[in-house]
Amino acid sequence: MIENHLPILQILVPLIAAPLCLLLRNRVAVTALAIAATWVTFAISVALMATVLQQGPISYELGGWAPPWGIEYRVDILSGFVLVLVSGIGALVATWSPTSISVELPRYERHYLFYCAYLLCLTGLLGIIITGDMFNVFVFLEISALSSYVLISMGQDRRALTAAYSYLIMGTLGATFILIGIGLLYIMTGTLNMADLAVRLQGVIDTRTVIVAFAFLIVGVSLKMALFPLHLWLPNAYAYAPSAVTAFLAATATKVSVYLLLRFFFTVFGYGFAFDRMQLWIFLMPLALIGIVTASLVAVFQNNIKRMLAYSSVAQIGYMVLGISFASVSGLTGGIVHLFNHGLMKCALFLAMGCIVYRCGSVHIDEMRGLGRTMPWTMAAFVAGGLSLIGVPMTVGFISKWYLVKAALEQGLWPVAVLILFSSLLAAVYIWRVVEVAYFEEPSAVEGEGSIREAPLSLLIPMWVLVVAIFYFGVTTKFTAGIAQQAAESLLGVAP
Amino acid sequence: MNPSTAIYTAVALPLVGAALVVALRRWPNLREAASLITGGALFAVVLSLLPHVQSGARPEAQVVEVMSGLWLAFKVEPLGMLFALVASGLWIVTTTYSIGYMRGHQEKDQTRFYACFAIAISAAMGVAMAANLLTLFTFYEILTLSTYPLVTHHRTEAAKRAGRVYLGILLGTSVAFLLLAIIWTYTLAGTLDFRPGGILAGNADDWVIVVLLALFAFGTGKAALMPFHRWLPAAMVAPTPVSALLHAVAVVKAGVFSVMKIVVYIFGIELLHDTGLSIWLMYVAAFTIIAASLVALTKDNLKARLAYSTISQLSYIVLGAAMATSAGVLGGSMHIAMHAFGKITLFFCAGAIYVAAHKTNISDMRGIGRTMPITMTAFFIGSLSIIGLPPMGGAWSKWFLALGALEAGQRVLVGVLLISSLLNVAYLMPIVARAFFMSPPGAQDNPASPGAGDVIAATDESSVIKEAPLFCLLALGTTAVGCLVLFFYADQLYQLLTPIVMP
Repeated sequence: MIENHLPILQILVPLIAAPLCLLLRNRVAVTALAIAATWVTFAISVALMATVLQQGPISYELGGWAPPWGIEYRVDILSGFVLVLVSGIGALVATWSPTSISVELPRYERHYLFYCAYLLCLTGLLGIIITGDMFNVFVFLEISALSSYVLISMGQDRRALTAAYSYLIMGTLGATFILIGIGLLYIMTGTLNMADLAVRLQGVIDTRTVIVAFAFLIVGVSLKMALFPLHLWLPNAYAYAPSAVTAFLAATATKVSVYLLLRFFFTVFGYGFAFDRMQLWIFLMPLALIGIVTASLVAVFQNNIKRMLAYSSVAQIGYMVLGISFASVSGLTGGIVHLFNHGLMKCALFLAMGCIVYRCGSVHIDEMRGLGRTMPWTMAAFVAGGLSLIGVPMTVGFISKWYLVKAALEQGLWPVAVLILFSSLLAAVYIWRVVEVAYFEEPSAVEGEGSIREAPLSLLIPMWVLVVAIFYFGVTTKFTAGIAQQAAESLLGVAP
Repeated sequence: MNPSTAIYTAVALPLVGAALVVALRRWPNLREAASLITGGALFAVVLSLLPHVQSGARPEAQVVEVMSGLWLAFKVEPLGMLFALVASGLWIVTTTYSIGYMRGHQEKDQTRFYACFAIAISAAMGVAMAANLLTLFTFYEILTLSTYPLVTHHRTEAAKRAGRVYLGILLGTSVAFLLLAIIWTYTLAGTLDFRPGGILAGNADDWVIVVLLALFAFGTGKAALMPFHRWLPAAMVAPTPVSALLHAVAVVKAGVFSVMKIVVYIFGIELLHDTGLSIWLMYVAAFTIIAASLVALTKDNLKARLAYSTISQLSYIVLGAAMATSAGVLGGSMHIAMHAFGKITLFFCAGAIYVAAHKTNISDMRGIGRTMPITMTAFFIGSLSIIGLPPMGGAWSKWFLALGALEAGQRVLVGVLLISSLLNVAYLMPIVARAFFMSPPGAQDNPASPGAGDVIAATDESSVIKEAPLFCLLALGTTAVGCLVLFFYADQLYQLLTPIVMP
């Protein structure tokens, strides 16, 4: 009985837990509730994924109204995969967060506000993935965006406020563009259900209105996923937000936007229109490549390591978009698997940053002197995440790069392949700057009460779960690359 | 032991050793015992595979399917058998030496040193036994990363810079060229397995073969083909046992082994021989041989001179591979073992001189043969083997290489080999001559040096014998004898390796 309602529970559990946080207010109870809710959410998404793998896509009619009149929740291989990533990261970061925010949010005695916003953000992100309705996408987009502005503005640094504000402006612009695009499509077809829209669009596909809608959606989605050159909101937002927020958003928010890109242009518009007729790749591929190289170069010169990782995220978004722009099975597999893999490694890296903030109060590169000795487990996790970012074998980053380079070579685009590999060397440069400071320099002089010690286990364990995952999914990719490949095949309509 | 269990054990055992080293970090004697015992056990395990390979079997083990159709898998063939034997055998000797050196020199962080060393050996085993390019590449990179803490052992500014060069070149070439070549090969051939006769024949145009060969040859930065050789001299800031690991036991050998294996099992020597697509590589290797020898002549620092000598000698092996004739491939493969024994002896001697007399420059080593006769005798033997004179092992590999050059119809290369041998004489023999025939500077120089460890002291009429620690002498004596033994047992090597050129 209940398993038939899993798709709606996926959204309802965090959505109901959020206002409950406001009612409970007790710190311990709120924390326990948030952690429990996120883990339940994760369990639901795993169950959904398993069902999809066994029985094919799930369609859930909200309130019993059949689509296209009612709202449809739809879980297929792609959305199931991204649901698992987002809810898994959500649960891990929630488990990690209590210790961290007790230090980072001293002004917020009322932690329940944090967890309320956090759960709402999770709700929004999951909703975007699971819904099969265009307008519903916009609603969830706004839920997640508004709550993430709140979360970012909780940062200790006062610059967090301006960062949140500029994210608000850019995010609203993006959402508006998306809304206009959806509106235009609705004008032309009279439907909001994605599957229905995909069918009806084919009749009016050549009209100028549809093409304009297409353009609006591209710009809107690119803004939300911080595709170069629309990435300017991202570095500050990630650098000044509380560590838990950064880790959560970096691993999920932009990934969900990449998911939207796939949904809009492969499911709704269809591969033929988006890539053959509109030649979307001409737009995406150069931006992705420029983004990969410039953002990696900028990352090399950052002294705030959270900011450095933020620029690295912009570059990594470039990899995902690049994979998508190949519009081949290998390319899409690479893009989708990198979406998952990058979520794991970037989350691990930002959690490591959070551990350092917990002990040192800052992630400026000068603060990291000698951390290899004083915080060995934290730095080991950072190195592991960094190696994955570089793409060393046996880490998840290698798998992503393998598929991307393979896709480039299959199409004879060897300069692109060279550029992908070259930029992984740039990653090596910016990661190694930190490694050298942490392992080669002596710990800075002790001030105040105590010297820097290793982070507590409550921070280390969730982080190391991710590190183990980085290596596990780097060695056996039946789950990640296997599912990504199935998703790619179904998006391209070549499913066996 | 079942052969595939033996393969797993060979890769896993050094990792267990590393864990033991860390666990026993508070008891140095037990810790070193753990290293030695692991080394002995590993050698025994590798040796247990030898009869299988000799009888024509190719023991296999498949670990896990990484991507669809791409396995992390092992398969032992003669070339890999040779490399595994050399690496595991020399690990024992190097550990023995390390005990003398690291204690004699009172180095810090010895636990990290022994642990990383063991991990590097595990990676070398993985490289040696890899059944496909993916596995080879994986362990190749682990080898690079696990030796980085060793190269930068002293954690000084100089070590940090050397580490940058080391990692920059090795990681850079492997990611930018080698990985590209591997994925390209995969898209062309649909497989990455090492197969007798190669997998590329019929799957690629001539120009693609040439480009791929270049990507593989230069992408294997550990083979130190010019212009990607700078990391070897840079890495000499590391403690001497690390130099031994780099130059003889694992790292550079993994590089030239990879080149050889790729030529034999990916391209196939028939393909290269018939089309002549590898001729350019012969001349790149020949250039490296001569140029590196000339640079070696100019170096006064002993370790720097030996480093350039290694660069030159490695190109012998690349040259053998590029010839793509049976004699060339056999000569190159044998040179992996011959050079390993010769060069490790020389580095052990260099380290022994440093520990006992604190000398690094050749110009300061006048008359050192009188105070360190055993060390300098071993140095002499090692030099002879590097030069390629009988009765040392090095003679055989050069002989086969010269034959290979004739088979390939490249007489110029015979000249190159000859000139190179003369250059070897020119940069190695003066060291020996200086040590034995010149009188020490200022006869009453105070030889007392605290921290030199267990010093064997004995009095002579003219000078005081002041040798390196016993463990060091033991190690360098063993490898020097090894050079000699290899001359007489070269036939065994030849028999072992022949199947790779006769599928």
